[in-house]
Amino acid sequence: MKNLLSLLLPVLAGLIFAVGLAVAGMTQNSKVVNFLDVSGDWDPSLGFVMVGAIGVHTLAYRLLPGLTEPWLGGRFLLPTRQDFDPRLIVGAVMFGLGWGLAGYCPGPAVVSATSGGREPLIFLASMLAGMVLFQLFDRAAVAREAAKQQSPT
Amino acid sequence: MSPEFSPLSATVGGLLIGLSASLMLLGQGRVAGISGVLGGLLAPAPGELGWRGAFLAGLLAGGGLIMAAQPDAISFGLERSPLAIVAAGLLVGFGTRLGNGCTSGHGVCGLSRFSRRSLVAVMTFMFTGGLSAAAVHHLFGGAL
Repeated sequence: MKNLLSLLLPVLAGLIFAVGLAVAGMTQNSKVVNFLDVSGDWDPSLGFVMVGAIGVHTLAYRLLPGLTEPWLGGRFLLPTRQDFDPRLIVGAVMFGLGWGLAGYCPGPAVVSATSGGREPLIFLASMLAGMVLFQLFDRAAVAREAAKQQSPT
Repeated sequence: MSPEFSPLSATVGGLLIGLSASLMLLGQGRVAGISGVLGGLLAPAPGELGWRGAFLAGLLAGGGLIMAAQPDAISFGLERSPLAIVAAGLLVGFGTRLGNGCTSGHGVCGLSRFSRRSLVAVMTFMFTGGLSAAAVHHLFGGAL
């Protein structure tokens, strides 16, 4: 029963997420670009998406201390890092540039691809390719770091 | 300001996104960050594959539901060449993995737990997103 629920809950969450994106207007990429481009026909709507989402989700975080484990068991696995590293900034710079260019961040890209349209499918494929490229880059960086620590200086 | 301004539907959509992220947090104990979910499926870690696959299936099922009920809600309303779309996709894919998160992971989840890293990431990608959107608008007349 718990096994079934542990699959159903993320399916349901994914479905609600997708519907939320569409209701919010984030699957219309021209609306997203009109939000990011304050110098144009500015559409501040998507700021209200963040207000609604963060409003609900902060409440969930307030319930967290009362739980010893997630409802479905297992353990909490949440980010704890506090430091600023170049990767965080460079990654955010790159993501923003791409977001403003095509009006898709990862969630809307996945949901929009279900329309079967040529453009969203090209975007999704390129985005996944970018993620694979990152993995290759990351693996090479880890190997370089390991080699540096082994070589006598 | 744009005549398309829709604060009510935007807020309702945001509430649904917050509900989804909260179900993942309290039910599963995980952050509902889309780039993390996708990246985690491309580089599978033991025990983390099931919920990520299920969440992605839900996203796709939601997309199917929207296409059946309200197909106008999904539209590509920009003039972009395939080359520009590929460049944008590569930047979003590589950048979100390098920076450990996107609009959902840093934006919704990170800001909700008052993470300093996420605040810096959100301010950065909002700024560069505004820059590239404005650049296409002013330097290329809205088409690239």
